[in-house]
Amino acid sequence: MTADKARIARQFIETIPHAQALGMTITEIGDGFARIEMPYDARLVGDPQTGVIHGGAVSALMDTAGGAAVMSHPEAPAGTATIDLRIDYMRAAQPGQTIVAEATCYHITRAVAFVRATATDEDTARPVAAATGAFTVERTS
Amino acid sequence: MSRPRPEPVQVVKQRRDAALTALAGGVPYIQFLGIHFDRRGDELTAVLPFRDELIGNPFLPAIHGGVTAAFLEVTAVISLSYLWLWEDVESGRIEVEALEAGHLPRLPKTIDFTIDYLRSGLPRDAYARARITRSGRRYASVQAEAWQDNRDRPMAEAMAHFLMPRRED
Repeated sequence: MTADKARIARQFIETIPHAQALGMTITEIGDGFARIEMPYDARLVGDPQTGVIHGGAVSALMDTAGGAAVMSHPEAPAGTATIDLRIDYMRAAQPGQTIVAEATCYHITRAVAFVRATATDEDTARPVAAATGAFTVERTS
Repeated sequence: MSRPRPEPVQVVKQRRDAALTALAGGVPYIQFLGIHFDRRGDELTAVLPFRDELIGNPFLPAIHGGVTAAFLEVTAVISLSYLWLWEDVESGRIEVEALEAGHLPRLPKTIDFTIDYLRSGLPRDAYARARITRSGRRYASVQAEAWQDNRDRPMAEAMAHFLMPRRED
Protein backbone atom coordinates (compact mmCIF):
# COMPACT_ATOMS: atom_id res chain seq x y z
CA MET A 1 0.00 0.00 0.00
CA THR A 2 1.33 3.43 -0.92
CA ALA A 3 1.80 6.19 1.61
CA ASP A 4 -0.75 8.15 -0.35
CA LYS A 5 -3.39 5.49 0.11
CA ALA A 6 -2.65 5.26 3.84
CA ARG A 7 -3.08 9.00 4.09
CA ILE A 8 -6.44 8.84 2.29
CA ALA A 9 -7.65 5.98 4.53
CA ARG A 10 -6.54 7.90 7.64
CA GLN A 11 -8.29 11.06 6.50
CA PHE A 12 -11.42 9.12 5.65
CA ILE A 13 -11.65 7.46 9.08
CA GLU A 14 -10.88 10.66 10.95
CA THR A 15 -13.63 12.58 9.15
CA ILE A 16 -16.28 10.06 10.29
CA PRO A 17 -18.48 12.07 12.64
CA HIS A 18 -19.10 9.19 15.05
CA ALA A 19 -15.41 8.23 15.17
CA GLN A 20 -14.73 11.86 16.14
CA ALA A 21 -17.51 11.81 18.75
CA LEU A 22 -15.83 8.79 20.37
CA GLY A 23 -12.40 10.48 20.23
CA MET A 24 -10.85 7.80 18.00
CA THR A 25 -7.40 8.29 16.48
CA ILE A 26 -5.56 6.01 14.05
CA THR A 27 -2.05 5.25 15.29
CA GLU A 28 -1.11 2.80 12.54
CA ILE A 29 -2.62 1.82 9.20
CA GLY A 30 -1.49 -0.02 6.08
CA ASP A 31 -1.40 -3.39 4.29
CA GLY A 32 -4.68 -4.60 5.72
CA PHE A 33 -3.86 -3.64 9.30
CA ALA A 34 -5.23 -0.82 11.44
CA ARG A 35 -4.70 0.24 15.05
CA ILE A 36 -7.18 2.72 16.52
CA GLU A 37 -7.21 4.21 20.02
CA MET A 38 -10.21 5.38 21.99
CA PRO A 39 -9.40 7.34 25.18
CA TYR A 40 -11.39 6.78 28.35
CA ASP A 41 -14.38 9.11 28.51
CA ALA A 42 -16.98 9.35 31.30
CA ARG A 43 -19.71 9.79 28.67
CA LEU A 44 -19.10 6.24 27.43
CA VAL A 45 -19.60 4.54 30.79
CA GLY A 46 -22.03 1.61 30.76
CA ASP A 47 -22.02 0.76 34.46
CA PRO A 48 -22.10 3.88 36.66
CA GLN A 49 -21.27 1.82 39.77
CA THR A 50 -17.91 0.69 38.40
CA GLY A 51 -17.12 3.29 35.69
CA VAL A 52 -16.56 0.56 33.10
CA ILE A 53 -16.97 1.57 29.42
CA HIS A 54 -20.11 0.24 27.72
CA GLY A 55 -19.64 -2.76 25.42
CA GLY A 56 -21.39 -0.78 22.67
CA ALA A 57 -18.56 1.75 22.51
CA VAL A 58 -16.07 -1.13 22.22
CA SER A 59 -18.22 -2.54 19.38
CA ALA A 60 -18.08 0.83 17.60
CA LEU A 61 -14.28 0.87 17.97
CA MET A 62 -13.95 -2.71 16.65
CA ASP A 63 -16.23 -1.96 13.70
CA THR A 64 -14.24 1.17 12.77
CA ALA A 65 -10.91 -0.64 13.08
CA GLY A 66 -12.24 -3.52 10.95
CA GLY A 67 -13.42 -1.16 8.22
CA ALA A 68 -10.10 0.73 8.30
CA ALA A 69 -8.13 -2.54 7.95
CA VAL A 70 -10.20 -3.47 4.88
CA MET A 71 -9.76 -0.02 3.32
CA SER A 72 -5.99 -0.23 3.78
CA HIS A 73 -5.62 -3.67 2.14
CA PRO A 74 -3.31 -3.72 -0.95
CA GLU A 75 -6.20 -4.96 -3.10
CA ALA A 76 -8.07 -2.19 -1.48
CA PRO A 77 -11.67 -1.66 -2.25
CA ALA A 78 -12.95 1.81 -2.94
CA GLY A 79 -15.24 1.45 0.01
CA THR A 80 -16.56 -1.07 2.51
CA ALA A 81 -19.50 -1.81 4.78
CA THR A 82 -19.87 -4.34 7.59
CA ILE A 83 -21.79 -7.50 6.68
CA ASP A 84 -21.56 -9.06 10.13
CA LEU A 85 -19.49 -8.74 13.26
CA ARG A 86 -19.18 -10.99 16.30
CA ILE A 87 -17.60 -9.67 19.46
CA ASP A 88 -16.54 -11.73 22.48
CA TYR A 89 -16.20 -9.74 25.69
CA MET A 90 -13.49 -11.41 27.73
CA ARG A 91 -13.27 -8.94 30.60
CA ALA A 92 -14.21 -5.39 31.61
CA ALA A 93 -11.80 -2.68 30.44
CA GLN A 94 -10.03 -0.94 33.33
CA PRO A 95 -11.76 2.42 34.04
CA GLY A 96 -9.54 5.38 33.13
CA GLN A 97 -7.48 3.52 30.52
CA THR A 98 -7.40 4.02 26.74
CA ILE A 99 -8.80 1.13 24.71
CA VAL A 100 -6.76 0.11 21.67
CA ALA A 101 -8.21 -1.99 18.85
CA GLU A 102 -6.03 -3.80 16.31
CA ALA A 103 -7.73 -5.20 13.22
CA THR A 104 -6.32 -7.36 10.43
CA CYS A 105 -7.93 -8.07 7.10
CA TYR A 106 -6.55 -11.61 6.73
CA HIS A 107 -8.31 -12.58 3.52
CA ILE A 108 -10.01 -10.72 0.71
CA THR A 109 -11.96 -11.93 -2.32
CA ARG A 110 -13.61 -9.98 -5.13
CA ALA A 111 -16.65 -9.38 -2.96
CA VAL A 112 -15.83 -10.09 0.68
CA ALA A 113 -13.12 -9.10 3.17
CA PHE A 114 -12.55 -11.19 6.31
CA VAL A 115 -11.36 -9.47 9.47
CA ARG A 116 -10.09 -10.39 12.92
CA ALA A 117 -9.66 -7.82 15.69
CA THR A 118 -8.71 -7.57 19.34
CA ALA A 119 -9.11 -4.79 21.89
CA THR A 120 -6.86 -4.23 24.88
CA ASP A 121 -6.36 -1.68 27.64
CA GLU A 122 -2.93 -0.99 29.22
CA ASP A 123 -2.64 -4.66 30.22
CA THR A 124 -1.97 -5.79 26.65
CA ALA A 125 -1.39 -9.43 27.63
CA ARG A 126 -5.05 -9.90 28.51
CA PRO A 127 -7.39 -8.72 25.71
CA VAL A 128 -10.63 -7.00 26.67
CA ALA A 129 -12.50 -8.22 23.60
CA ALA A 130 -12.01 -10.13 20.36
CA ALA A 131 -13.98 -9.83 17.15
CA THR A 132 -14.39 -11.50 13.79
CA GLY A 133 -16.31 -10.02 10.90
CA ALA A 134 -17.04 -9.97 7.19
CA PHE A 135 -17.06 -6.74 5.21
CA THR A 136 -18.21 -5.87 1.68
CA VAL A 137 -15.69 -5.01 -1.05
CA GLU A 138 -17.01 -2.10 -3.08
CA ARG A 139 -15.40 -1.67 -6.51
CA THR A 140 -15.18 1.66 -8.27
CA SER A 141 -15.77 0.31 -11.80
CA MET B 1 -65.34 -14.98 47.08
CA SER B 2 -63.51 -11.72 46.81
CA ARG B 3 -60.32 -10.69 45.18
CA PRO B 4 -58.06 -7.81 46.13
CA ARG B 5 -58.97 -4.46 44.66
CA PRO B 6 -56.78 -3.67 41.65
CA GLU B 7 -54.20 -0.96 42.27
CA PRO B 8 -54.90 2.50 40.87
CA VAL B 9 -53.43 2.73 37.37
CA GLN B 10 -51.16 5.67 38.20
CA VAL B 11 -49.50 3.66 40.99
CA VAL B 12 -48.81 0.81 38.59
CA LYS B 13 -47.45 3.17 35.93
CA GLN B 14 -45.28 5.09 38.37
CA ARG B 15 -43.72 1.88 39.63
CA ARG B 16 -43.01 0.50 36.15
CA ASP B 17 -41.70 3.79 34.78
CA ALA B 18 -39.48 4.24 37.83
CA ALA B 19 -37.93 0.82 37.27
CA LEU B 20 -37.23 1.69 33.64
CA THR B 21 -35.83 5.14 34.46
CA ALA B 22 -33.57 3.62 37.11
CA LEU B 23 -32.23 1.07 34.60
CA ALA B 24 -31.67 3.25 31.55
CA GLY B 25 -31.58 6.81 32.90
CA GLY B 26 -28.44 6.38 34.97
CA VAL B 27 -26.22 4.98 32.20
CA PRO B 28 -24.05 7.72 30.66
CA TYR B 29 -23.50 5.88 27.35
CA ILE B 30 -27.27 5.51 26.79
CA GLN B 31 -27.60 9.28 27.29
CA PHE B 32 -24.58 9.88 25.02
CA LEU B 33 -26.30 8.05 22.15
CA GLY B 34 -29.63 9.71 23.02
CA ILE B 35 -31.55 6.42 23.32
CA HIS B 36 -34.88 6.40 25.15
CA PHE B 37 -37.52 3.73 25.70
CA ASP B 38 -41.24 3.50 25.01
CA ARG B 39 -42.96 1.18 27.47
CA ARG B 40 -46.23 -0.68 26.83
CA GLY B 41 -46.83 -3.07 29.74
CA ASP B 42 -43.66 -5.15 29.89
CA GLU B 43 -42.79 -4.55 26.22
CA LEU B 44 -40.04 -2.03 25.51
CA THR B 45 -39.24 -0.26 22.26
CA ALA B 46 -35.91 1.55 22.13
CA VAL B 47 -35.82 4.78 20.13
CA LEU B 48 -32.64 6.31 18.67
CA PRO B 49 -33.33 9.82 17.36
CA PHE B 50 -31.04 10.70 14.44
CA ARG B 51 -28.20 13.21 14.97
CA ASP B 52 -25.25 14.08 12.72
CA GLU B 53 -22.90 12.71 15.38
CA LEU B 54 -24.16 9.18 14.66
CA ILE B 55 -22.97 9.21 11.04
CA GLY B 56 -20.38 6.61 9.98
CA ASN B 57 -20.31 7.24 6.25
CA PRO B 58 -20.56 10.97 5.49
CA PHE B 59 -20.95 10.41 1.72
CA LEU B 60 -24.15 8.35 1.74
CA PRO B 61 -24.80 9.46 4.57
CA ALA B 62 -25.38 6.40 6.77
CA ILE B 63 -25.50 5.70 10.50
CA HIS B 64 -22.22 4.23 11.86
CA GLY B 65 -22.36 0.42 12.10
CA GLY B 66 -20.96 0.74 15.60
CA VAL B 67 -23.89 2.94 16.59
CA THR B 68 -26.33 0.35 15.28
CA ALA B 69 -24.46 -2.37 17.21
CA ALA B 70 -24.45 -0.29 20.39
CA PHE B 71 -28.15 0.53 19.94
CA LEU B 72 -29.03 -3.18 19.70
CA GLU B 73 -26.78 -4.07 22.62
CA VAL B 74 -28.38 -1.39 24.80
CA THR B 75 -31.84 -2.61 23.74
CA ALA B 76 -30.92 -6.21 24.57
CA VAL B 77 -29.40 -5.53 28.00
CA ILE B 78 -32.12 -3.11 29.14
CA SER B 79 -34.94 -5.36 27.92
CA LEU B 80 -33.34 -8.35 29.65
CA SER B 81 -32.77 -6.43 32.90
CA TYR B 82 -36.29 -5.02 32.83
CA LEU B 83 -37.84 -8.45 32.47
CA TRP B 84 -35.50 -9.79 35.15
CA LEU B 85 -36.54 -7.01 37.56
CA TRP B 86 -40.22 -7.09 36.59
CA GLU B 87 -41.38 -9.74 39.06
CA ASP B 88 -39.46 -8.25 41.97
CA VAL B 89 -40.79 -4.79 41.21
CA GLU B 90 -44.38 -5.98 40.73
CA SER B 91 -44.36 -8.05 43.92
CA GLY B 92 -42.88 -5.16 45.89
CA ARG B 93 -39.72 -7.11 46.80
CA ILE B 94 -37.81 -4.24 45.19
CA GLU B 95 -39.23 -0.91 46.29
CA VAL B 96 -39.78 1.98 43.92
CA GLU B 97 -38.19 4.38 46.40
CA ALA B 98 -34.98 2.35 46.41
CA LEU B 99 -34.88 2.35 42.59
CA GLU B 100 -35.57 6.06 42.44
CA ALA B 101 -32.73 6.67 44.89
CA GLY B 102 -30.43 4.88 42.45
CA HIS B 103 -30.08 1.58 44.31
CA LEU B 104 -29.90 -0.70 41.31
CA PRO B 105 -29.34 -4.42 41.28
CA ARG B 106 -26.29 -5.43 39.25
CA LEU B 107 -26.76 -5.59 35.47
CA PRO B 108 -26.20 -8.64 33.25
CA LYS B 109 -22.76 -8.79 31.59
CA THR B 110 -22.41 -9.28 27.83
CA ILE B 111 -20.57 -12.51 26.98
CA ASP B 112 -20.78 -12.14 23.22
CA PHE B 113 -22.67 -10.13 20.66
CA THR B 114 -23.24 -10.90 16.97
CA ILE B 115 -24.76 -8.44 14.55
CA ASP B 116 -25.94 -8.83 10.96
CA TYR B 117 -26.20 -5.64 8.95
CA LEU B 118 -29.16 -5.99 6.60
CA ARG B 119 -29.56 -2.47 5.22
CA SER B 120 -27.59 0.71 5.65
CA GLY B 121 -28.86 2.97 8.41
CA LEU B 122 -30.55 6.00 6.88
CA PRO B 123 -30.19 9.47 8.42
CA ARG B 124 -33.44 9.21 10.39
CA ASP B 125 -34.76 7.78 13.67
CA ALA B 126 -34.32 4.08 14.40
CA TYR B 127 -36.29 1.72 16.63
CA ALA B 128 -35.43 -1.60 18.22
CA ARG B 129 -37.01 -4.40 20.21
CA ALA B 130 -35.48 -7.39 21.93
CA ARG B 131 -36.84 -10.87 22.53
CA ILE B 132 -35.49 -12.85 25.47
CA THR B 133 -35.27 -16.35 24.01
CA ARG B 134 -33.93 -17.83 27.23
CA SER B 135 -33.43 -16.33 30.66
CA GLY B 136 -31.77 -18.89 32.89
CA ARG B 137 -30.25 -18.57 36.35
CA ARG B 138 -26.73 -17.98 34.99
CA TYR B 139 -27.04 -17.36 31.25
CA ALA B 140 -29.49 -15.59 28.96
CA SER B 141 -29.95 -15.54 25.20
CA VAL B 142 -31.42 -12.43 23.60
CA GLN B 143 -32.32 -11.53 20.01
CA ALA B 144 -32.78 -7.93 18.97
CA GLU B 145 -33.90 -6.23 15.78
CA ALA B 146 -33.64 -2.62 14.61
CA TRP B 147 -35.65 -0.92 11.90
CA GLN B 148 -36.40 2.56 10.63
CA ASP B 149 -39.39 3.47 8.46
CA ASN B 150 -40.73 -0.02 7.96
CA ARG B 151 -40.96 -2.68 10.67
CA ASP B 152 -40.80 -5.41 7.99
CA ARG B 153 -37.51 -4.12 6.58
CA PRO B 154 -35.05 -4.40 9.49
CA MET B 155 -31.73 -2.54 9.23
CA ALA B 156 -29.94 -5.00 11.53
CA GLU B 157 -30.50 -7.99 13.76
CA ALA B 158 -28.40 -9.19 16.65
CA MET B 159 -27.98 -12.19 18.91
CA ALA B 160 -26.36 -11.82 22.31
CA HIS B 161 -25.51 -13.95 25.34
CA PHE B 162 -25.37 -12.57 28.86
CA LEU B 163 -24.05 -13.67 32.21
CA MET B 164 -26.78 -13.00 34.76
CA PRO B 165 -26.03 -11.29 38.07
CA ARG B 166 -26.52 -13.39 41.18
CA ARG B 167 -29.89 -12.95 42.82
CA GLU B 168 -29.62 -11.17 46.13
CA ASP B 169 -31.70 -13.20 48.59
